[in-house]
Amino acid sequence: MKRTFLGEFEEVVLLTVAILGENAYAVTVAQELELKTGRSVGFSSVHTTLQRLEEKAYLSSVMGGATAERGGRRKRFFVVTALGQKVLREVRQVRDDLWNALPPSAFQLTKG
Amino acid sequence: MGKTSPPQWAMKLLARFADPNTSEEVQGDLLEMYDYWVRQFGATNARRRYIWNVIKLMRPFARDKKSQQYSKTYSASPAMIRNYFKVAFRNLTKNRGYSVINIGGLAAGMAVALMIGLWIHDEFSFNKYHNNYDRIAKVMQHVTVAGKVYNGEYMPGPLGNELRTQYADDFKYVVMSSFVGEHIVAHGDKKFTKKGFYMSPEVTEMLSLKMIQGTRAGLKDQTSIMLSESVARVLFDTEDPVGKIVKVDNAMNLKVTGVYEDLPYNTEFRDMTFIAPWDLYVSTQDWVKTALDNAEWDNNSWQILAQINPNSNFEAISKKIRDVKLKHTPQTAYMKPVIYLQPMSKWHLYTGWDASGNIHARIQYVWLFGTIGFFVLLLASINFMNLSTARSEKRAKEVGIRKAIGSQRGQLIGQFLSESLLVVACSFVLSIALVLLLLPAFNSLADKQIAFFWTNPMFWLAGMTFCLITGLVSGSYPALYLSSFQPVKVLKGSFALGRFAAVPRKVLVVLQFTVSVTLIIGTIIVYRQIQHAKNRPIGFDRNGLINININTPELYNQYNVLRRSLLETGAVVEMSTSSTEPTKTSSNNGGFEWEGKDPNFKDNFSTVAVTHDFGKTIGWQFVGGRDFSRAFSTDSTGMVMNESALTYIGFKKPEDMIGKYMKWNGVKYTVVGVIKDMLMDSPFEKVRPALFMVNYGWANVINIKLNPALPARESLDKIEAVFRKLNPGSPFDFKFADQQYAVKFATEERIAKLASVFAVLAVMISCLGLFGLASFTAEQRTKEIGIRKVLGATVPNLWALLSKDFVLLVIIACLISIPLAWYLLSNWLLSYQYRTEISWWIFVVSTLGALSVTLLTVSYQAVRAALLDPVKSLKSE
Repeated sequence: MKRTFLGEFEEVVLLTVAILGENAYAVTVAQELELKTGRSVGFSSVHTTLQRLEEKAYLSSVMGGATAERGGRRKRFFVVTALGQKVLREVRQVRDDLWNALPPSAFQLTKG
Repeated sequence: MGKTSPPQWAMKLLARFADPNTSEEVQGDLLEMYDYWVRQFGATNARRRYIWNVIKLMRPFARDKKSQQYSKTYSASPAMIRNYFKVAFRNLTKNRGYSVINIGGLAAGMAVALMIGLWIHDEFSFNKYHNNYDRIAKVMQHVTVAGKVYNGEYMPGPLGNELRTQYADDFKYVVMSSFVGEHIVAHGDKKFTKKGFYMSPEVTEMLSLKMIQGTRAGLKDQTSIMLSESVARVLFDTEDPVGKIVKVDNAMNLKVTGVYEDLPYNTEFRDMTFIAPWDLYVSTQDWVKTALDNAEWDNNSWQILAQINPNSNFEAISKKIRDVKLKHTPQTAYMKPVIYLQPMSKWHLYTGWDASGNIHARIQYVWLFGTIGFFVLLLASINFMNLSTARSEKRAKEVGIRKAIGSQRGQLIGQFLSESLLVVACSFVLSIALVLLLLPAFNSLADKQIAFFWTNPMFWLAGMTFCLITGLVSGSYPALYLSSFQPVKVLKGSFALGRFAAVPRKVLVVLQFTVSVTLIIGTIIVYRQIQHAKNRPIGFDRNGLINININTPELYNQYNVLRRSLLETGAVVEMSTSSTEPTKTSSNNGGFEWEGKDPNFKDNFSTVAVTHDFGKTIGWQFVGGRDFSRAFSTDSTGMVMNESALTYIGFKKPEDMIGKYMKWNGVKYTVVGVIKDMLMDSPFEKVRPALFMVNYGWANVINIKLNPALPARESLDKIEAVFRKLNPGSPFDFKFADQQYAVKFATEERIAKLASVFAVLAVMISCLGLFGLASFTAEQRTKEIGIRKVLGATVPNLWALLSKDFVLLVIIACLISIPLAWYLLSNWLLSYQYRTEISWWIFVVSTLGALSVTLLTVSYQAVRAALLDPVKSLKSE
């Protein structure tokens, strides 16, 4: 299988979508990211990343109903697909493997 | 929640340029983010962030993904266009009659427009062969005598040198030139009479002659000559002409120093088949030498050409040289001579002025024919529009169904336009074929050598543009009109075109016939004018009269020998010499004195030198006095004048003048007779006062009256034998006086012929359209006619019913065109001093002609419809 790379930002966005569950759309994702990571996240980059993830089929989207507050415009809600979950798990697996392979002395050096 | 909202322009920008696939949610998301930012950072910061994100989110080139899954139904897709043409083609073949009328009419109109276009192009490219076209000018002068302006290209000899030396900064070349003359050019035993010029050597550079052999510097030597390619070929065949000797006028041996490419037909100097040096002219012609040596500023006998320097302009130089002549001839101040430059670009089209100094030149014909071409094309386009709209009712159902199954208006417009473009394209191809077919005839009619430019991309571009415009213009009305039908109404059958639907059509028919009838009237009047001038009494008998130029020394001083020999042959009734042939005057002089002359009277007469036998040769008619006679020795200083001269001097009766003297250049001439006016110059102008004096030395032409009892061919052979013996050095070239006279009508006859061709075409095209319309109306009213027949209408009744409408339209057209034509043509006639009256019958004849043609056209359809069996016409549907 051809490995699909997941960039760091992509991974964070994908995870955030998973966290937000049913209320995941661009605005909430951006705000949640800011809240959780404490770093300033550009809305446009979140939007673009969501598009890209959908293109890679890690996310699927569906348009919500009409809303009152945003000029009547609908929201696009994102859900992590099975493939997305698999990829997240793979990434985590890789991380875990790497962490496990880490010799215990490794961080002592940096701590010391 | 902040009350602020993001900047409008940024919102619009986003709405316009965001990725169409996500546009909606992005706009909403950003609005939400904006509120969030306002809460977090304040309005100013939020705005900045909003704008920044908008910019980052713009995807101006993104395309809608969903729409790409299906092919779009836009009306300009290739498949649709193919379909338009297919339908158009089917429609054309279905209605063959209409198609033929449409395409044929349009092709005829286009062919006319094309030919006129070619003609105008040729007129405007006149003289452009010369590289220095923009900087060459003719020196001209105009004088004002008694309020009348005369322009002339006859210039005094010393002016050339004056311009060359005093205005050296302005002129690159100043070229003295003789007027075109016929000369005998001989090499070995080959002799030809050819037209040529004596010119200053710089002329070759000025006119940028393309040298085939030799160089442009070949006229420096006084005994040199340059030949045109065609003359070189007839004289030398395949031999190399350079360095060979050519004998001119049987007197001068000149060495050929160069051969230049023949000048094209649409150049001023197309007659220039050879050039001899100006210096040779001066040294061999005593009168020229005298005029130059004595600086005769008052002797206007030559032409001066000039090329100005690149940094000068014609207006400035004209201003400078304005009074050059006046300065040297103060005695001419009364006629205010003004010297000016006439640029080469104006020679052909803008040289010609009426008495008050307004342009009266060829450019007017360019305008005239341009207008006619435009109108003929307009007529053809009108046909097309009329037929298409007339048939609209038939196609209304088609439009309805097309609309019902989803055609958009744009698509219908596209369909009708492509239909008209197809017709125009067919017509264009046909018209090119027509032009190719007719171009030789047209060339001979218009005295042109126009070639069709196959290879000129500009022409094709112009042709295509022209097609496109014609197609769009003539297709636009039906296209816009037909496509506006409402499908419901049309399909239900309650569709009616209304009372005024036919009004534009009728207006167009009236317009067509107005143009046609105006052209008919114009043609008749032009022909009348020519006929009027042709019927003018000419005052002498030109039948069997021939003239031969005296251009070799052998013919001088042989008067009696020649006359005796010619009379002996029996082929000749009488022979004489004169200074000019009887069909023109070439010399005008003033300075005559007579008893009782007002000293302030500036006289000017045509002067003709004749011999005693001149009168008998040409058969002039006396109103008083007698002809010259050898019986009176005093007649060697005798004079005959015409009636115009008599009235010009101020006498009424010939007896008042006969026996009196006229003094000129110190010689006292006695008037012996007064003749009826002889028409020597333009038949459209007044006869000028002319004086005929006996002078055997001043002879340029031999006039011969052939024996009417013998066939002309036989007489000419006998005469030729005499000339061969007495003048072996030159070819026997003669001209018939009646032919020379006929040439005077050439311009007018050409206009008349062209105008009649165009008039006939215009009428034809109009009738073609009328025919189509008539057949359409007849078809449309089939049921009505059937019912009328059942109820007892007769065929003449029905015929009248169907023809009435059209006849009415044509009558209206006639009523409009009569005053129009009268106005235009009376203006045209004003340019002729001797002119015909515009009589009322011309209008009557034209109107009747137009009406009868209309009736003929319409009747065919009307009678056919009227004869139709009512059972059949009512049974259908």
